[in-house]
Amino acid sequence: MGARNVGAVVKRLEDPRLITGRGRYTDDIVLPGLLELAFVRSTEAHAGIKSIDLAAARALPGVVAVWTLADLGPAAQKPMVQSYPSPAIKQNITQHPLAKDEVCYVGEAIAVVVAENRYVAEDAAQLVAADYEPLPVVIDAREAVKPNAPQAHRGTQTNLAATVVWKFGDAAAAIAGAKHVFRETYFQHRGGPHSMEGRAVIAQHDRATDQLTLWSSTQSPFLVRRYLAQYLGREEAGIRVIAPDVGGGFGPKAGHYPEELVAALVAMKLGRPVKWAEDRREHFLTTTQQRDQWWEVEVACEPNGKVLGLRAKCTHDNGAYLPYGLLLPMTTVVPFPGAYAIPSVEVTLDVVFTNAVPNTPIRGAGRPNAAFILERTMDTVARNLKLDRAEVRRTNFVRKDQFPYETGARLPTGVTIQYDSGDYAGCLDMVMKSSGYAAFEQKRAQAAKEGRWIGLGLASYNEDTGLPPYEGATVKVLPSGRIAVELGSCSQGQGLETIAAQIAADQFDVDPQDVIVKTGDTAGPALALSTVGSRVASTAGPSVHVAASQVREKAIRLAAQQLEAAEQDLDITKGAVHIKGVLDRKVMLGDLAKRLVSGINVPLPPGFTPGLEATAYHTTQRPVYANGSNAAEVEVDIETGEVKLLNYWVAHDCGTLINPMLVEGQIVGGVVHGIGNALFEHMKYDRESGQPLTTNFGEYLLPLATEMPPIHCEHMETPSPVNPLGVKGAGEGGTIPGISCIVSAVEDALKPLGVKINEYPISPEQLLALIDEKRGGD
Amino acid sequence: MTDRRTIKLTVNGLRHEREVETRLTLGDFLRRGLGLTGTHLGCEHGVCGACTVHLDGEAVRSCILFAVQADGAKVTTVEGLAKPDGTLHPIQQAFRDHHGLQCGFCTPGMLMTLAALLAENAKPTEREVREAISGNICRCTGYQGIVAAALDAAKAVAKGA
Repeated sequence: MGARNVGAVVKRLEDPRLITGRGRYTDDIVLPGLLELAFVRSTEAHAGIKSIDLAAARALPGVVAVWTLADLGPAAQKPMVQSYPSPAIKQNITQHPLAKDEVCYVGEAIAVVVAENRYVAEDAAQLVAADYEPLPVVIDAREAVKPNAPQAHRGTQTNLAATVVWKFGDAAAAIAGAKHVFRETYFQHRGGPHSMEGRAVIAQHDRATDQLTLWSSTQSPFLVRRYLAQYLGREEAGIRVIAPDVGGGFGPKAGHYPEELVAALVAMKLGRPVKWAEDRREHFLTTTQQRDQWWEVEVACEPNGKVLGLRAKCTHDNGAYLPYGLLLPMTTVVPFPGAYAIPSVEVTLDVVFTNAVPNTPIRGAGRPNAAFILERTMDTVARNLKLDRAEVRRTNFVRKDQFPYETGARLPTGVTIQYDSGDYAGCLDMVMKSSGYAAFEQKRAQAAKEGRWIGLGLASYNEDTGLPPYEGATVKVLPSGRIAVELGSCSQGQGLETIAAQIAADQFDVDPQDVIVKTGDTAGPALALSTVGSRVASTAGPSVHVAASQVREKAIRLAAQQLEAAEQDLDITKGAVHIKGVLDRKVMLGDLAKRLVSGINVPLPPGFTPGLEATAYHTTQRPVYANGSNAAEVEVDIETGEVKLLNYWVAHDCGTLINPMLVEGQIVGGVVHGIGNALFEHMKYDRESGQPLTTNFGEYLLPLATEMPPIHCEHMETPSPVNPLGVKGAGEGGTIPGISCIVSAVEDALKPLGVKINEYPISPEQLLALIDEKRGGD
Repeated sequence: MTDRRTIKLTVNGLRHEREVETRLTLGDFLRRGLGLTGTHLGCEHGVCGACTVHLDGEAVRSCILFAVQADGAKVTTVEGLAKPDGTLHPIQQAFRDHHGLQCGFCTPGMLMTLAALLAENAKPTEREVREAISGNICRCTGYQGIVAAALDAAKAVAKGA
C-alpha cells in the first residue's frame, strides 16, 4: 500500500462546488409546479386562540390555500412525536404542527399559506387576523417553579416537565465531613442557534407511487423520516428524506420540526411540491435555542484542593415544549465529573416549561454548562484556598494510569460510564507551556505598570464523543475502478465527504479526490441516525474503514483466483491488486468489480456473492472521550468594561487525527462559538409579555472577525482503544471549554479588584457594574 | 396591485432584459429570476453579508437592494468569479487551500467581499482583511482560515495570478 491518507492534510472534496456557487442547498432546489409556504405565527407568548380569520388571505390572487390545523385533516390533530421518550418525563408536552387552540410562545405557527411564490405567501400571511385570549406568561424558570406560578400551558398543575437526580458516591456525606465546603450560585444564559442557512424544507408527494420525498436542511434525515412515518402512520419505506448541502447545523437542525410535517401534509393534500425557507426572524422566533440554567453548587474539598464531593441544584428552562425529551438537560448532568476524579456527585435537575422558544442541543448541548460549573468550581477552590489554578486541576484530574476509568455513574440504559483513554494533565502541560502560564504574573505586573488589566484564563474538559451505537457505511468498487462511499449520515460543513474518502482511499491506495462520496439520503443502503454530539467521525468513520476493508479482502480473494497466487502474497497499489513486489502481475479493481456483477447465464466465481461492495456498521456500547485544556489571554478596560481578546491557546486530544486541517477548523470554529456565548450572544425576552427582544443581527451579536483573537492549536493524539481508527470526535471540543476559559480570563484580569464572575454572557455593562461595586468599596 | 418595471442589466457578462416587480430584491432576482443560486440569503436584513455581489465592481448586499436599482449595471456573482475557462480566482483557490470554508453558506459573500478588497488593495494587512469582512458573518470557521486565505490570495494577486 502507498501513502496513508488518514492523518494527512487532504483538501476537501466539498470545496470545488461550494467556492464556485454550485453547492445545492434546499432553498436552491426548484421542482416543476413548486408552491411556496409562509407561516402565520403567534404574536403572543401565551394565549388562547378564539378565532382566526382567513378570508382576506384566501382572497388574495396567487394564493392557493390558507389552512389552520383543522384543515389539515384527522391525521394532524395530535401533538408531534416525542423524539426521545423517557420514563423520567412527567409532563410530555410537544406542540401540534399548527397550534390547536393555544399558543405557548411568540412565533408558534397558527396557520399556513400556500401560494405561487414566497412574496405572495407572505403578503397573505399578513392578512390573517387572529383573535387571542391573553393567558398568564412565565419566562423565568425560577419563577415558574414557585408555588402558584403562572402556568406556561393552560390547565397544568405545575411547570415541571421532569425532575432528575443524577448521582454517584455519597456527596452529602462528603459535604458533611469535609474540611472545606464552598457554595456558589451561577447563571448560564440561553443563546440562539444561528446556522447561517436557516431551516428549509421541500416536500413532494408522488400520487402514482404514494412516495413522499422531503429535502430538508437537517442533521438527521433518518430520524426525520422515522418521526414523519410515526406521525403520519406511513411506512418508512414510503418516505425518502434527503439532506442536500446544509449551511450549518450546530444541533438545532437535528430535531424534527412542525414545518416539515406541515409541508408534507400540504404536499399530500395538494398533490404539488411545496417549499418553505425560514427567514432570519423566524430563526430567532422558532428554531430551537440554547438553555437558561440557574445553579446552586456546593463543593467539598481537602486543604490541598482535592474535591471530594459536589452537590448541585440546576433549574433548566426548556422553553414552551419538550421536542427532544430530556436529552438536552441530561447532557448537562451526565458529563459530571468531567475530567476530574471526583468521587461523589449529586445533581438535582428541574426541567421547566416557560413561554420561551423550546430548546434542544446546540454545539456541546449541556456539556459547556457542565464544564462551566466544573471549571468555575476549580477556580473557586483555587481562589478560596489560595492555590494555583493549574495545580488544583492537576490534583483532581483523572490520571493517565487510571484509564479505563469508571466514574461510578451509570447511564439510564444501565451501562457504566467509562473514560477510555487520555492524558488530561499532559494537555494542561501543553497549554501552560504555549500560553506562558509560568511567566504570566511578570507579564501582568508589566501590563499593570502601563495601566492595562490583563488576565489569563484556564479551562479543561473531557467530552463523551462518538455517541453509540452506529452510523453505517457502504463502500463499492465501481466498474470503472473508482471507489464510491455511501453514507446515510450527513454533513453540515464538517467535511464528512473528505474524511470518508480518506479512510476508504487508504484501503485501495487511490487518491481521495477520486473517491465518490454520497451522504445524507435515506434511500442509500446504510442505516444512519444523526450527525450530532461529535459522533460521526468516530461512528461512520470506522464503519467506512470496516466496509472498505471487507471490500479490499473480497477483491484480494478474487484476484488470488485470477492470478493463481496466495492471498497473503497480494497487495493493492493504485487501484490494482498485484503480487507483492511485482506491480505488473496485477488485476484492476474495476475488472474485479465487473466480474462480480457478472451477466445472465455467466456464473459467479465459486464462493462469491455478487458485487464488489460491502455495507458495514462499527457498533459501539459507549462513547469515546476526547479531552483538552485551553488558555485565553484578555485585557479588560476597567473604564468601559470592554474585553479585548488577545490570544487563545488550545491543547486537545481527539485521538487519531483523520485530517489535521479539518480538526483544527472544528476546534477554532468551536472556540469562537464559545467566545460568542461568553461575551456577545444574548437572547433577551421581555419578562412581562414574553416578547423576544433580540430578533435580528443588529440586536443579537454574533462573533465577528474583528473581535476574534489568534487561536493557536496543538494536538495530542491518544488513539481510542475502542475503534479501529482510534478516532474521537472534535466538533464540540472548542465550544465546551470556551465559555469557561473566557470567563476565567476576564475574572483573572480583575483579580486585583477581587471581582468574581458567576454568569455569562458578560456584557460591558455587567462587567462595569461588577468593577464599580469593588472599586466603590475600596 | 404590484408595480412592475423592465430592467436591463449584465450579470456575469450576460445581458438580460426582464420585467420585474419593483419590490423584488436583487438577491431574489438573481436566485429566482436567473437561477444563480450561488448567492445566498442569510439574514435578509443587510447584516450577515452572505448575499454580497458586485454591482459595477463594488461589493453590495443584494438582499437590501431592489432589482430595479441594478438597472443598467454590471453585476458579478460568485458564479462569475472564476475565469470563463474555469480558472479559479486566487481568493477561491486560497479558500480551499486554507480551509476558509466549512458549510459553505457564507462563502459566496465572503469571496465577493474579499475579491473586492483585493481589487482595491492588493496588499491588505491582517487588520484590513478582518475589517473588510466585519460585515460578513461566519458561524463555522472562527474566521481564522478565511483571514489566512485572504492574505495568501493577496500574494497570488501581487504575482499576477
